[in-house]
Amino acid sequence: METASNFLNIKDVSTAFKIDGHYYDAISHINLQVQHDEILAIVGESGCGKSTLATTIMGLHDPAETKISGEVDFEGTNLLKLDEQGYNQFRGAKIGMIFQDPLSALNPLKRIEEQISEVMDYHTDLSTEDKHKRVIELLDQVGIVNPQRTARQFPHELSGGMRQRVIIAIAIACKPDLIIADEPTTALDVTIQAQILDVLRDIQKENHAGIILITHDLGVVAETADRVAVMYAGQIVEQGSVEQVFNTPEHPYTRSLLRSMPQRDNENDDLYVIQGNVPSLQKMPATGDRFAPRIPWVPAEAHEANPTMHEVAPGHEVRCTCYKTFQFPDEQGSVKA
Amino acid sequence: MSLIEIKDLKVHYPIRSGFWNRVTDSVRAVDGVSFNIEAGETYGLVGESGSGKSTTGKSVVGLEKVTSGAIMYKGRDITKAENRRKLDYNHDVQMIFQDSLSSLNPRKRIEDIIAEPLRNFEHLSKDDEKLRVLQLLDIVGLDADALYKYPHQFSGGQRQRIGVARAVATNPKLIIADEPVSALDLSVQAQVLNFMKKIQREFGISYLFISHDLGVVRHMCNNIAIMNRGRLVEIGTRDDIYNHPLHIYTKRLLAAIPETNVNSREAHRASRLAVEEVYREQQSKYYDEQGEAYPLVQVTPTHAVALPENVAQQLARQEGEVQA
Amino acid sequence: MWKTILRRFLIMIPEVIILSILVFLLAKAMPGDPFTGSINPKADPAQIHHLMKINGLYDPWYQQYWNWVVHLFHGNLGNSYQYQEPVTRLIGGRAANTLWLALFTMILTYVFALPMGVYAGRHEGKLPDTIIRVYTYVTYCIPFFVILVIGIWIFGYVLGWFPTTGSISSDANGWIQTLGSRFYHILLPGLLGALFGTVNIVQYLRSEVIDAKHSDYVRTARSKGVPSKDIYRHHIFRNSLLPIAAFAGYSITGLLNGSIFTETVFSYPGMGLLFVNSISYRDYTVITALVLIYGILNLIGTLLSDIILSIVDPRIRIQ
Repeated sequence: METASNFLNIKDVSTAFKIDGHYYDAISHINLQVQHDEILAIVGESGCGKSTLATTIMGLHDPAETKISGEVDFEGTNLLKLDEQGYNQFRGAKIGMIFQDPLSALNPLKRIEEQISEVMDYHTDLSTEDKHKRVIELLDQVGIVNPQRTARQFPHELSGGMRQRVIIAIAIACKPDLIIADEPTTALDVTIQAQILDVLRDIQKENHAGIILITHDLGVVAETADRVAVMYAGQIVEQGSVEQVFNTPEHPYTRSLLRSMPQRDNENDDLYVIQGNVPSLQKMPATGDRFAPRIPWVPAEAHEANPTMHEVAPGHEVRCTCYKTFQFPDEQGSVKA
Repeated sequence: MSLIEIKDLKVHYPIRSGFWNRVTDSVRAVDGVSFNIEAGETYGLVGESGSGKSTTGKSVVGLEKVTSGAIMYKGRDITKAENRRKLDYNHDVQMIFQDSLSSLNPRKRIEDIIAEPLRNFEHLSKDDEKLRVLQLLDIVGLDADALYKYPHQFSGGQRQRIGVARAVATNPKLIIADEPVSALDLSVQAQVLNFMKKIQREFGISYLFISHDLGVVRHMCNNIAIMNRGRLVEIGTRDDIYNHPLHIYTKRLLAAIPETNVNSREAHRASRLAVEEVYREQQSKYYDEQGEAYPLVQVTPTHAVALPENVAQQLARQEGEVQA
Repeated sequence: MWKTILRRFLIMIPEVIILSILVFLLAKAMPGDPFTGSINPKADPAQIHHLMKINGLYDPWYQQYWNWVVHLFHGNLGNSYQYQEPVTRLIGGRAANTLWLALFTMILTYVFALPMGVYAGRHEGKLPDTIIRVYTYVTYCIPFFVILVIGIWIFGYVLGWFPTTGSISSDANGWIQTLGSRFYHILLPGLLGALFGTVNIVQYLRSEVIDAKHSDYVRTARSKGVPSKDIYRHHIFRNSLLPIAAFAGYSITGLLNGSIFTETVFSYPGMGLLFVNSISYRDYTVITALVLIYGILNLIGTLLSDIILSIVDPRIRIQ
């Protein structure tokens, strides 16, 4: 995977949170690369650590409560070694972030224009006039019909979809190389979701940015992403191109997720239910396959003692060896296709 | 006869403005909605936020002050509180909410939460009540030790199942499920949906399933109504709606559902953009001069669409040709 | 927005009418009368009866109320039975004293409370925060009059730094001395009032700052690369001061109510002291007038808070 165009290299990153005096890994040993002109989706259910990964890259954790190890190499700089001041040179300028809840992510007391131009105050030396022009241009770019009017409004005067567009405008104001979008469409209606994803894709094409799209929605991933990393319990369990992951999913977790989706062909059947629950941070097993307890019918010897990533095709990696023999209970007896 | 018949339901909220705060206009949250729910079926009510689908649901339970129209149950109009009392209506109709944490009293134990409707409607002895609560927990797949726990001690999916257990405690005929799974993870969602289906099979309950998620609705519902700005724009069976949609709004919603088929995503995107364009440009064809949906016209015995008669017939013919 | 304020103001009218009726009836319901035992313990009951009659105290309540209201509009609140002078003049002289004290206390309160609350919120869990919190808890636990009594004992009697009674010393000549003396007299009661008044504001502001610190919009600001000190200045302070600003109107009423204690302990000739005296002498005309004034000031305080909030918060500004 290491090519010259990987401008973001996440190497062996773990983030641990302090709970009752002990540190527990929320994400452990994450390795990921992002290139220009690509959308990398990180998909998983709540509690799998996907948002922690985003905030770790952005350096938004309180150092007193978290322990972070590894390396986040962004265009040759290890972000994790930077102090607050150093980080601020990257945040907003080279890395933009889009948050989930567009209402609470905007300051309720400031006009939209102020909130967008604030990011330019710190990273550009544009004049007030030029900043205003840029604000209007940005609002137009994210598909707001009347940018002059919207610029003067307050967040509560806008609809959810409009607010999310404003958040995107803030994130892209300084043409960052990397955009991290954390569940950007979760709070929105499907039609608005589709429009927002279109905007993201257009921006990526225009700015040649790399986008990390964090979502729990497999449909959004399938429609938007170029590459996918599936996370479970703080680890990446499968990654590959979107075609590889959706057409030939290998890891039992990926396959279980796809199977539990209501789809055209299972209208009248019961949906597949993954047994058990995601382990809490404190109860995360230190060794062994973290997904093993949820597929109890798989014999212990099918798992690795310390699961590692295995390349099943160029660029397609799966954690643990259990994928080789994994079958759902109702498939057992038949030969794996 | 249908289990419940909703006839021309309207819920308008007054807008007050001006110096004297007089009613100057109204928000027509629900504006003339009619449909029937049959016994033992799951009826889907689909719409985007602000479409009035939740208001419709609340009206059916009797939680909303109805402006006009009727909701007929056992031959009586239950929009009147007096009739609801006579029929013991709130015993027969229960509700499941989207946010299971805020809809369960945090200071009550699960035993009391589930027993609450029993205490209101069925005066059981202490032992019988406990037995019943245990049965209910068993139905939704929770252990007996859940009895003495509090809502926050459960995961989202478990809480939603507790909500289901409470709703089915009185053996209701109809459950209004307002976005019951939209706050849940995929694997948990599957669990709750399976439970809802299982309970339906065992007890013959009907659901009014309110959701914005067309994928889930397709999985759950036999009959579906699409709601847009307070009015129904299309009613039909699952096949009618998903395979032969006629109204542009339905088509638009369907086109916006993300597909997991990676191989056809460019085609899917192109068709979505095409539908969007039609939606933008042909507003006048699909909506009247005030921008509101037309009254529904029947195109087949099961399928109705909110369009002028001639347009509806023409579209239905085209759709028929495509089928042939 | 003017419409909102005007409408809000008009709503006050029926509130004031209801208030005045309540005040009047409450005063009537008090036991005793203003004459028995106060003029002369051996006074002739027939003479008291006569006095009651010419003062209209045997009329039906609504008639008494109506007379009272009519007089009110003529600026005539009646005569104090105790002091035998018009209530208007009696109160007029003291209202200024009370207002000076209240204003001074309020300024001191905010001067102390704002930096303390902000500092404690910003450096949550550090030593200064702990000290500030201990201070607020302790102050919160002690009743106000105990603080006053302890204060006056230590600073007034033991150390002798401040006067312990009155609003001005008798030997003050010329306006500079007068002003100085007045200020000197309100210094200690003002400081003690502020000491007590800061508690709520500090605790409230502290938790507002902490909430704002963890809010999503602050996270957005951080991800824009805004330095920490600017985040505090542009986002956290303004947003957390908003409810405090709205609180200002209410705090005026709080201070007026507090003045009853302060003025009694300091024998400070203001409305509060007058009120306490009038109650012990059953001086109905003064009591009713004062309760009415306090009630109206409370209503104005609430109105003020609403107006301030509608000015500073855009979410309320747009109707």
